[in-house]
Amino acid sequence: MDVFSDPLNRDVYITGFLWILKLTLAGGVGALVLGVVLAAMRVSPIPVLRGFGTAWVNIFRNTPLTLIIFFCYFGLFSTLGLSLADDIDLNNFWLGVIGVSVYTAAFVCEAIRSGINTVPPGQAEAARAIGMTFLQTLTIVILPQAGRAVIAPLGSILIALCKNTTIVGTIGLMESSSAMKQLINENGDNVIPIFLVFAGTFALVLIPTGYAFGWLANRLAVKR
Amino acid sequence: MSDEALIVLDKVNKWFGPLHVLDNVSLSVAKGEVVVVIGPSGSGKSTLCRSINRLEPINDGTITFDGQPLPAEGRPLARLRSEVGMVFQSFNLFAHKTILQNVMLGPVKVRKEKPAVVRDRAMSLLDRVGIGNQAEKYPAQLSGGQQQRVAIARALAMQPKAMLFDEPTSALDPEMVGEVLEVMTSLAKEGMTMVVVTHEMGFARHAANRVVFMADGQLVESAPPAEFFANPKSDRAKDFLSKILTH
Repeated sequence: MDVFSDPLNRDVYITGFLWILKLTLAGGVGALVLGVVLAAMRVSPIPVLRGFGTAWVNIFRNTPLTLIIFFCYFGLFSTLGLSLADDIDLNNFWLGVIGVSVYTAAFVCEAIRSGINTVPPGQAEAARAIGMTFLQTLTIVILPQAGRAVIAPLGSILIALCKNTTIVGTIGLMESSSAMKQLINENGDNVIPIFLVFAGTFALVLIPTGYAFGWLANRLAVKR
Repeated sequence: MSDEALIVLDKVNKWFGPLHVLDNVSLSVAKGEVVVVIGPSGSGKSTLCRSINRLEPINDGTITFDGQPLPAEGRPLARLRSEVGMVFQSFNLFAHKTILQNVMLGPVKVRKEKPAVVRDRAMSLLDRVGIGNQAEKYPAQLSGGQQQRVAIARALAMQPKAMLFDEPTSALDPEMVGEVLEVMTSLAKEGMTMVVVTHEMGFARHAANRVVFMADGQLVESAPPAEFFANPKSDRAKDFLSKILTH
């Protein structure tokens, strides 16, 4: 384990996981906001919005994340000149956040939509009967109940998102999987320990995350 | 009760596919009148009740509320609905909100009234229906009868011009029917305009100004309760009454 006693190597390890953490937080917020908006579109009475939501889900749920991240870099940045920060790492980070968000939003949308189906139709009728508009009915009555019904699946999506962020390494961000590759290249005699430390770090954080979401799902469940 | 009509249905038709659920129904409800709609299941009485605030859109004919034809979708329709209270068979209280929040939600979010003002009104309505001490509980913690009384308070909080009741006691255990009917009777006595779809013949007898009998989507008979129960004119009404009153 003397690989990690070298402060330089430890720095590579820490920086890698900090990028993962930042990508997960920013990507998670982006995907949640986008996913909720998409779900609202998919249940709206306006056909154009419904079509847009459906198209989004079909496109991004069925294309590999690697391709989406590549497109963000080579398409948005290299070809179309979309520069999000002067610092190259920060630029790649935000491109990664965009890619991860649009991809994960498709899954969030479908989870929320299945949650909407768990809310009895009478809830929406009662909301309409006291004079709420479609948007009020959705945001005040339906989505809060739908959201609570899908906390556990949203937890699974967040866990998948966290692991998926390692793909941002392919466009040059030194996140954990790139960090691991570098350490392995420099320390060929310590492949197994390095691998175990990186994999173990993910598991150590994500296992409690899964349980936390399960606990939250129980606590916030709407009693009927 | 005045002579002025509040709710007017004129030659209303509605189909569910090939099923003619409302067949040329015309009905006028005066301000302060209590109309009880009875009839066998599948006769279209719930659909009639739900069409008045356009929870069920109709295919043909006109419905007028307080002199205005029912608006199509959008904000005008939402505004009309806020003036017509509705009580459902399955209560439909907002499951993620407390009892007090359920009652306050409409006035605060739809009418944009000040929460402090609404709170007082909501509490006095809850006291009135006898649930004041349960204000902080959630719907699932209340019995069916209590939930339905909250649903009535929630509708009243909007200070509606009329109240629609769609089989309000049909999902209740027998011992809870009385407490809900009591609230409805006191509302009727205060002069609230009410359209009540129900199987409670006792309520129809003592609280209604008029009983309307429906069968197969048609409005078959309309008469004051004493007259209707003593001398039903149509064969279908006679048949219906003989089935429910002999037991």
